[in-house]
Amino acid sequence: MWNSLKTMWIVFLHMFRRRVTIQYPDEKPNIPPRWRGRIILSRDPDGEERCVACYLCAAACPVDCIALQATEDEHGRRYPEFFRINFSRCIFCGYCEEACPTDAIQLTPDFEMGEYNRKNLVYEKEDLLIDGTGKYPGYNFYRVAGATIGGKNKGEAENEAPPVDPHSLLP
Amino acid sequence: MNEWAIIWANLILILAIVFAFSAMLSWIERRLLGLWQDRYGPNRVGPFGVLQIVADSIKLLTKEDWIPPFADRAVFVLAPAIVAVTTLLAFAVVPIAPGIGVVDLNIGLLFFLAMSSLGVYSIVLGGWASNSKYSLLGGLRAAAQMLSYEVFMGLALMGVVMLADSFNLRDIVAAQENLWFCVPQILGLATFAVAGIAEARRLPFDLPESENELVAGFHTEYSSMKFGLFFIGEYVGITLISAMIVTLFFGGWLGPLLPPLVWFLLKTFIVVACFVLLRAALPRPRYDQLMAYGWKVMLPVTLVNLLITGAVVLSTA
Amino acid sequence: MEATFYLSGAVAVAATLMVITRASAVHALLYLIVSLLAVAIIFFVLGAPFVAALEVIIYAGAVMVLFVFVIMMLNLGKAAAVKEREWLSPGMWVGPSILSALLLAELIYILVQNVQDMQGAYGGAPISSGVVVDSKEVGIALFGPYLLGVELASLLLLAGLVGACHLGWHTEPRFGSHSASRSDGAGS
Repeated sequence: MWNSLKTMWIVFLHMFRRRVTIQYPDEKPNIPPRWRGRIILSRDPDGEERCVACYLCAAACPVDCIALQATEDEHGRRYPEFFRINFSRCIFCGYCEEACPTDAIQLTPDFEMGEYNRKNLVYEKEDLLIDGTGKYPGYNFYRVAGATIGGKNKGEAENEAPPVDPHSLLP
Repeated sequence: MNEWAIIWANLILILAIVFAFSAMLSWIERRLLGLWQDRYGPNRVGPFGVLQIVADSIKLLTKEDWIPPFADRAVFVLAPAIVAVTTLLAFAVVPIAPGIGVVDLNIGLLFFLAMSSLGVYSIVLGGWASNSKYSLLGGLRAAAQMLSYEVFMGLALMGVVMLADSFNLRDIVAAQENLWFCVPQILGLATFAVAGIAEARRLPFDLPESENELVAGFHTEYSSMKFGLFFIGEYVGITLISAMIVTLFFGGWLGPLLPPLVWFLLKTFIVVACFVLLRAALPRPRYDQLMAYGWKVMLPVTLVNLLITGAVVLSTA
Repeated sequence: MEATFYLSGAVAVAATLMVITRASAVHALLYLIVSLLAVAIIFFVLGAPFVAALEVIIYAGAVMVLFVFVIMMLNLGKAAAVKEREWLSPGMWVGPSILSALLLAELIYILVQNVQDMQGAYGGAPISSGVVVDSKEVGIALFGPYLLGVELASLLLLAGLVGACHLGWHTEPRFGSHSASRSDGAGS
């Protein structure tokens, strides 16, 4: 009985506390930058697509909501011909971001994606691709990778030793 | 002719006040719960959300009125009406202010008890007629709970009757001119408040509908305005119990400066707020705890209260 | 006043007839409740508001709830209703109803005789005489001339209380000691 009265008194005192509610549509909540929200595809600092269409994100996706098709341009640079994410299936687990070797696919703090038509939740590549570098400025996959693409030969990447000549006996 | 006009004006006014207050109560309750739980509660529809009840009733009225094919149709339809009718009938005897009130019945207190005991049928029959497990369990719980708590609800009031020497509610209010009965009848007040909460099926005694074990208890199968009637019945019930507590223990309309009607409404509102505070603060007991509490604690307390009051009345008379 | 008396009397009789003829037990109980409420109104009209209130509180409000409670627990289904309907065949009720009709006729005859006598004696209407018996008079009567009856009734209630207490008494040891005694049994 005494305990109950004490509880009631404590609850009554909560009348004078500040409310913790954030009035959402009027007042935006402060969302941390590592929030797992809407998925985007980023570009490298040169403005080219980062995605190399390796399919790792599609393989990692537990709900199979990512679909893409790889292709190459005339310089041998791989890129996705189409890249489609069905957000009505996506569970925002972030596995795709973890799987991505080139930091191309990233999750953003945006969560306001409501649609009246379910079909509008299927995002194509033009919807996903942004102009900036996203969370990782300055990172350029092809500048550090050993692959040969147009304008860059083997050994010309950053921190890369020149290729070893197998025909030479010199160390 | 003039007399009839006054009676009708009284009737319609009281009905309007009771309905308006009970309807607003759903909004008041949610706002108060929000206040005590550090949040806002409904504040979107209209200024401060006062029109929430309008939105709710539009929703309830436009929903499909579904009667399950496995239900006992006649009883299923009858049940929600009973709760609304009995609680509103009980309001007939509540003396709101001098000159305001539907009837001045000689056995007003007994009439209130009779109506509150008939209110059980609504829950029990609703639970039975739905013909589903959860509803039946809710109905069974309601029957046992309300029957047990009714026993000492009546007994708790007998001390007040002894002191006022009447079953007439206006006489009881008049007898509190010098001292409100909440002082000499503190035990009676405590037990009557507990019994009243149990009769109104309010938290912490809402076991008949305890939503985390029985879905919604006795009204699991109800929808649309039939559910709405249960809803209204519950809120009118809270208002009724609060009004009765005010009448019997806090001097009804008596009070300095302000007009009697304002005093009555103010006191009733404070008691209602206390009920909401109970809901915000206390968890629901287990069912056997509820029954043990009623029979082993509350009933002896009321009997002791009755004994002491009787002795004091006899020795002073 | 007289009209309300006859109206509620008719309701009581009709409801009681329905109680007998309903096949579903809960429907029968509902009619019984209506009948009790009608009887309460009759009491009220006759000038006994206290008895009327007690009728509603105790019979309609408490005893019948217990009945409904028990019927709910029994879970009577369609089969029970069908059986009830079979029992309502004329062969079952003709005999008893002839006998009770005779009794009813006798009762009505006596009542009519009495009413005529009373009208002869008082020259007024026999019902709604305008005398209201309030709770105080009932109390004085109960604790005055009928004190022995009240004491006997309270003794009966006490016996019921003691009996319920005895039935609900835990003769078995509680959980903890129960398991202990079981392990003792296994050891010996």
